Amino acid sequence: MAEQTLDDKPLLVAENLGKTYGKLVACRDVSFALYPGEVLAVVGESGSGKSTLLQLVSAQLAPSAGSVSYRMRDGVLRDLAALGEAERRFLFRTDWGFVHQDPAQGLRMAVSAGANVGERLMAVGWNHYGRIRDTASSWLERVEIDTDRIDDAPRTYSGGMRQRLQIARNLVTEPRLVFMDEPTGGLDVSVQARLLDLMRNLVSELGLAAIVVTHDLAVARLLSHRVMVMKGGRVIETGLTDQVLDDPREPYTQLLVSSILPA
Amino acid sequence: MNAMIDITNAEKTFTMHLQGGVELPVVRGVSFHVVSGECVVLSGPSGAGKSSILKMIFGNYRCDGGRIGIRHQGTVIDLATAEPRQVLSVRRSTIGYVSQFLRAVPRVATIDVVAEPLIVNGIARAEAREQAGSLLRRLNIPERLWALPPSTFSGGEQQRVNIARGFISDLPILLLDEPTASLDTANRAVVVELIDQKKHQGVAMVAIVHDDEIRHLIADRIVDVTSFASAA
Repeated sequence: MAEQTLDDKPLLVAENLGKTYGKLVACRDVSFALYPGEVLAVVGESGSGKSTLLQLVSAQLAPSAGSVSYRMRDGVLRDLAALGEAERRFLFRTDWGFVHQDPAQGLRMAVSAGANVGERLMAVGWNHYGRIRDTASSWLERVEIDTDRIDDAPRTYSGGMRQRLQIARNLVTEPRLVFMDEPTGGLDVSVQARLLDLMRNLVSELGLAAIVVTHDLAVARLLSHRVMVMKGGRVIETGLTDQVLDDPREPYTQLLVSSILPA
Repeated sequence: MNAMIDITNAEKTFTMHLQGGVELPVVRGVSFHVVSGECVVLSGPSGAGKSSILKMIFGNYRCDGGRIGIRHQGTVIDLATAEPRQVLSVRRSTIGYVSQFLRAVPRVATIDVVAEPLIVNGIARAEAREQAGSLLRRLNIPERLWALPPSTFSGGEQQRVNIARGFISDLPILLLDEPTASLDTANRAVVVELIDQKKHQGVAMVAIVHDDEIRHLIADRIVDVTSFASAA
């Protein structure tokens, strides 16, 4: 999978992250480091805190405890809570991608596919219409969308196409880190396989780092290098993906792994 | 002596939490080493822990005790305690693993499945594909199948694709789990040849083979796993 070198410094560091809503603990004591080119899967069932964690590390939610730091392109590790508005905008518009489970959340459903991809480029200062359209068109090809459909709005697309378009929109600015929330969640199995294969190739070709939240262990196995298993807001087991899935130690992880129905 | 693999007192126990916490000792006191250019065959009956030992050397199963020293990029890494990133690095540039079954990714063409380990290590796609093609040809996989994903192939064909994928890289350590299990005589002979070539290139190998004839042909040394199992 993706290239890594050992002397790399971490891209994102989470330290003792926690989020509470009154007495309710959504997420507690989560610490990890993510390296460039590394794909981390966060698995667990509904309510385990994995989506809360994703929102915390992507600065969409303020933590009740702990901190998240990110290495900006100048090489300096910065606390996300202390970033200025311009730096935050840079992260959200350029250096990060966010693939939502529901493509309608990550796309503008009423404007054309080309505009959906081009918009991210315009937000970072591209202004040459022809170049924007060419780049959008080549990204549609990369995610296997017929370029004849470039002027159609995603609301006319199938679920699988919408999800691929969302990926193109996110990757066009060449982000270094992509957050994915159940990226194959609402799709048919055959469509899932195609999407997974596509994501796997893009992640390794572009050397992307990614944090993928999923309840599907097959998705974790196919996409990720490392996995964190969450339960009740805590990380209960972590390690190399194939190690955790083939040799699970914790009772809950053993339950998860043994609950997969054989095809 | 320069051991590529040096295992001391490695042990593994499964704790089955869903079966009331039953402890299942697999191996204990595993100690042996493998040098460059040598093929060590693990012997012992089914269930003695041969595959588990291979998986521990690959970092797929975690080690509960002892040490698994692997010579990696000029230093020695203990895989029993290595960080996930180190294990991945060892797998990318030091240890290859030919499992019994191919875990195929849907939609990926056979030629690309075989070429992938080279591409990951920075070899150009065209060159990697050419090498993949020559290995597939040697293993008698007809060219008309190369563009298809191997998931539709027969067991023997899948195993040969898996072997091609395992043998394509120049990794200094190779782990072979029943590489000839579902092959006919002609293809078994090809695998024996490939193993011989790797020996000449100085590759250290650990293999599991049930076929006595093949074992006789490839083994430089036999390590009986029964003693590790009975000590548990």
